[in-house]
Amino acid sequence: MPSSSPSPVLHAGFANGTLTFVVDGPLDSNSTGAAWRQADRALHQNRPDAVVFDATRMTYADGAGVALYVHLRDRLFSDAIPFHARGLAGNFRLLLDEFPPDALEAPWRLRQPPSFFESVGRSTFSVLKDAAAQLAFTGELVVNLCRAMAHPRSVRWGDTWLVVERAGVNAFPIVALIGFLVGLILAFQAAIPMKQFGAELFIADLVGMSVIRELGPLMTAIILAGRSGSAFAAEIGTMSVNEEINALTTLGLPSARFLVVPKVLASLLLTPLLTVFTNLFGLLGGLLVMASLGFSPIAYLNELKVALHFGDIPSGLFKSLVFGLLVAGIGCLRGLQTGNGAAAVGESTTRAVVGGIVLIVLADGLFSITYYYLGI
Amino acid sequence: MCEAIIRVDSLTAAYDREVVIDDISFVINPGEVFVVLGGSGCGKSTLFKHLIGLYKPVAGTILIEGDDIARAEGDLRLRILRKIGVAYQSGALFGSMTLLQNIRLAMEEFTDLPDEAMTLLARMKLKLVGLGGFENYLPGEISGGMQKRAAIARAMALDPKILFLDEPSAGLDPVTSADLDALIKRLARTLGVTFVVVTHELPSIFAIADRVIMLDKRVKKIVAAGKPADLRDHSEDPRVRQFFNRESSV
Repeated sequence: MPSSSPSPVLHAGFANGTLTFVVDGPLDSNSTGAAWRQADRALHQNRPDAVVFDATRMTYADGAGVALYVHLRDRLFSDAIPFHARGLAGNFRLLLDEFPPDALEAPWRLRQPPSFFESVGRSTFSVLKDAAAQLAFTGELVVNLCRAMAHPRSVRWGDTWLVVERAGVNAFPIVALIGFLVGLILAFQAAIPMKQFGAELFIADLVGMSVIRELGPLMTAIILAGRSGSAFAAEIGTMSVNEEINALTTLGLPSARFLVVPKVLASLLLTPLLTVFTNLFGLLGGLLVMASLGFSPIAYLNELKVALHFGDIPSGLFKSLVFGLLVAGIGCLRGLQTGNGAAAVGESTTRAVVGGIVLIVLADGLFSITYYYLGI
Repeated sequence: MCEAIIRVDSLTAAYDREVVIDDISFVINPGEVFVVLGGSGCGKSTLFKHLIGLYKPVAGTILIEGDDIARAEGDLRLRILRKIGVAYQSGALFGSMTLLQNIRLAMEEFTDLPDEAMTLLARMKLKLVGLGGFENYLPGEISGGMQKRAAIARAMALDPKILFLDEPSAGLDPVTSADLDALIKRLARTLGVTFVVVTHELPSIFAIADRVIMLDKRVKKIVAAGKPADLRDHSEDPRVRQFFNRESSV
């Protein structure tokens, strides 16, 4: 909004049923706002039989000034009130010639909010369409992964290692930090109730089982979804906006093999590895708290050995393998589904992260139930 | 002779240490259609971005109605920017907004016009560029030529004195390109604004330009200035002849 309001340039006078607007000065985008309101007010208050627009002393007019004239002319025309103009300058007339009465056609498309039933229908259709797309993508991915296993030389290993470096090696510091803090917080939170029962030693059991079986894989996957799933969606989405995906398709290179398989393979390789580091740093966090409570590292490790079974580590790592597949898959799918424009890339990225986290949690729930019944 | 609306003095532009434009000077008069031309990589776009204040020159001044856009800060810079409108090569329309919203945006921020006035004014701008009726379309729903016209309408939102157009006819078919040229001439006549156009499309140059300057990649300077027909017919410079006669360099 403008910082200061200019002095009024429109003066309204009413006599003998005729309302006269005198423009004195420039009628531009700075002064027209006030003039517009004043003119509307004068028309409303006086209900004239005729209106005169006197531009004899108008020093300058831009598009806003012309818009005011067009507004008055068309409004009075629809009210069947005679409208006369005086002293219109040459350039003002030239611009006015572009807008004869009824020159502005009504917008061809009205954007109105859809009705309730339309919204429900559209949402249902969208969900079903997305489910079909996910199914088709899963099938295509499985076929391409099987082909990659059968013909390892067809895989673009250069791209794969690049993704491993970007999404894996570069993610190591954040994964280590989060793992350490999770172990530390878990141990501290457990310390208070455990102390009441003199069972501080069992903090090691709690930290060990929680981190190795659950929090290590889960936190790693969530970090991966936020960091790499979004990056996959943004990268492929931008390629889609720039028609690079179309270029791949017309070159006869399926985007699934060219773009998706390297990312999924890299994700399958790096997620269990990162999970191992999250676990180690989580246990380190627990060790720090135990040490601060007066326990030796040997006591902590011995207690971990008692609490953890050999199956706990592979079961956690298997979960992380599946989480990695889900994160990379949904990231690539949302990237490929990107529409037009910058906003579409942002939307794909958001959908990749949200979809990734939802799938991780759903899969984790399924794993919990399965492991429970398998006794793992 | 009227006072120049843009005066460029001893402008040198560089990326890091690589000089792209070396000590050039020229003036642009009010109301004229001024075209900057030259082969690919000659610095047209660099000059364009300096003229609209996106880049700061290494040396020299760019005066817009007497104020140096490169060194202006705060309110002065805002006042200078209000005098110019820019239509980018790609259109650069905001994809999530309708054409009407694209044009209204600057009005909402910088004027106190009533809502009804802003809508009418935005519709008038669209009508002026031949897009009446397309108010509620998103940029992604219209063709490239229409996007360029909508970008010009957005650039005109606040009725600037100078309109800068970057490669307006690039990538357009000949008919759409000719329509756009006609639009520029009509707007120059109707609105009385100054047009600064960067292009290397010969038909457009002859259709719209009152005056041109030609930049050269090797010397990084202006190698020709004047009316396009004069340069084509009378220039002795082989680079200018090569450009206007579309001669191959190999």
